[in-house]
Amino acid sequence: MSKAVLVDITKCVGCGSCAVACKMWNDLEYRQDSPIMGKESKLDAENWTNVKMVEIEKGPEKETVWRFVKNQCLHCEEPACASACFSKAFQKSKDGPVVYNPTLCVGCRYCMLACPFDVPKYEWSKVIPLVRKCQMCPDRIRDGNSPACTEVCPTGALTFGEHNQVLNKARETINKDSKYIKHIYGEKEAGGTSWLYISDVPFDKLGFRTDVTTQPVPRYTENIMHLTPAVGLTWGALLTGMYVYNRRRNEIAKEEHSKKKNDKKKK
Amino acid sequence: MATKNWSFRMTPTRAVLIALAAIGGALMIARLVLGLGPTTNLNDQWPWGMWIGFDVLTGVALAGGGYSTCLMVNIMGIKKFAPIARAAMLTSLIGYLLVMVGLFMDIGRWFNFWRPFVSWGHTSILFEVFWCVSLYTTVQLLEFGEVATEKVGKRWHKVFKKMLPALLIIGVLLPTLHQSSLGSLYVIEIGKLYPLWWSVLLPVFFLLSSFFVGPAMVTVESLLSARATGHKPEYGVLQSLIKVSGYLMVVYLALKIIDLFYRGAAGLVFLGNLEGNMFLLEIIGGIIIPIIICFTPKLRKSKGGLAAFGILTVAGLVLNRMNVVFTGMSDYIGGSYFPSAIEWLVSIGLVAMGVLAYLFVVENFNIIPKEHHQAYEEQDAVRHSA
Repeated sequence: MSKAVLVDITKCVGCGSCAVACKMWNDLEYRQDSPIMGKESKLDAENWTNVKMVEIEKGPEKETVWRFVKNQCLHCEEPACASACFSKAFQKSKDGPVVYNPTLCVGCRYCMLACPFDVPKYEWSKVIPLVRKCQMCPDRIRDGNSPACTEVCPTGALTFGEHNQVLNKARETINKDSKYIKHIYGEKEAGGTSWLYISDVPFDKLGFRTDVTTQPVPRYTENIMHLTPAVGLTWGALLTGMYVYNRRRNEIAKEEHSKKKNDKKKK
Repeated sequence: MATKNWSFRMTPTRAVLIALAAIGGALMIARLVLGLGPTTNLNDQWPWGMWIGFDVLTGVALAGGGYSTCLMVNIMGIKKFAPIARAAMLTSLIGYLLVMVGLFMDIGRWFNFWRPFVSWGHTSILFEVFWCVSLYTTVQLLEFGEVATEKVGKRWHKVFKKMLPALLIIGVLLPTLHQSSLGSLYVIEIGKLYPLWWSVLLPVFFLLSSFFVGPAMVTVESLLSARATGHKPEYGVLQSLIKVSGYLMVVYLALKIIDLFYRGAAGLVFLGNLEGNMFLLEIIGGIIIPIIICFTPKLRKSKGGLAAFGILTVAGLVLNRMNVVFTGMSDYIGGSYFPSAIEWLVSIGLVAMGVLAYLFVVENFNIIPKEHHQAYEEQDAVRHSA
């Protein structure tokens, strides 16, 4: 069954253990110029997850508060990257993770443009680069464990489990406690994702993209692709018809022309 | 038949083009050795840049003169356009070969270029583009076989002649599919691409514009190559050819306006922001003014008017593709991208290679009808008498 992770932003203290665990498990390089925590942190080829600190004014008193947002691939139910990949290098597994297969990748980077959350990153400094992003530890999940980041979270901000159970927990939590915003980010975004977020401050203030379509992104292009064979066949038939018609017309014109010539000669 | 009479006249312009092509070629090798990072200004925010935006998206559209002319002359049987058919189709062939090279430069794992043929990732628009563009380039090479075997490998000429009808039909079908698909590529950018350009009709807009830019491109090219080779351009043919563009541009403009109102994006046109202004520039300069020129007989029949129509329409199309790839995406993406010197020089080098190849083929094969080919008449006369 499909797994999911719930991120409760109210519980995150910004320790960064998850990002460290990710680096260790996936053998990713630490870079001085690209921190995994703090205001300046962001995803890149070696940062598959980061914990971003956001300073916001909250409530009627406008007091400044800190919130921490863990970013990583959201593992869409119907991933745009997988549908956009013409060599099937991205595949959604039945466990939930959207996994990248480097041997198939051509390196066109259409996945990076297609992703509604701008997650896939590229190894720009390499001669033969790969696309890189969180894989949701598919081998750990296969072995019955949880992803490395969720395993180490000391505050319970990350809950791993079956997708429907995790979603139910999210609903319960936001309904029970009035401090929560009544929105589960990832429930409907891009047609639903395997990572879900709940928060006590509006998601747009935390840097989430809130104008994401609720349709699965692949639908937009798959509709066009499904039309293609029909359009191709009709147009092909039409072209052949036109060609044959015009050739026949020319032949007739030629025949008549030569007939007239012959008639003249006879006369 | 001992001598084949190959000729390539050297002129100062051609020397410059050869130098540019050589620089481009050397830098392409550098890109393959060093990787994309050190040679381009692409980054995680701007994964697609000049090579995709200009060399591929714009290149394919500008090569659209090939299939549109082929459709009119060979399929619909409009004989009066026949004199320009071979030149238009040659430009298209060269254009596509350059697009393939440009694409090869841009993909990071170039040794995997064949994967999509096997992987069958049919949900991707890029899959359709990839198949159609590679098949169409092959078809165009075979179509050119019919021209080439008039001079070399003559015994194969009959075979090519026999294949031609099928090739011509496939050669119109495939571009129709992928010209529109290049627009479909950006349908997935829902909510990212600025609403002045994003639309489910993107494939229709890309298809229509690739068709109407064809005659404009043929016009520009005829005027340019007339200057370069000294033959007289086919004014009569060009004047009626651009009317085909004109009618299609009216349809295109009407569809654009209806689409903007339908999606409630019409208000964005006059906001005075970068996107609005670029959109206006594209529509007024690249569509409305050319339409006016086209349907004002006095302007259409003047040499200047014809040139202005061609240049404006081509520039308008280039601007449209640039707007989709860059202007329309910049507000969402943020950050900055400006092509590196190497990106510029490789693109310029590719264009130089294309122009050189065109000139070489025109000089050595029967592309432009004899009676207008004064500069080479003498040479031909000598060959025939020999």
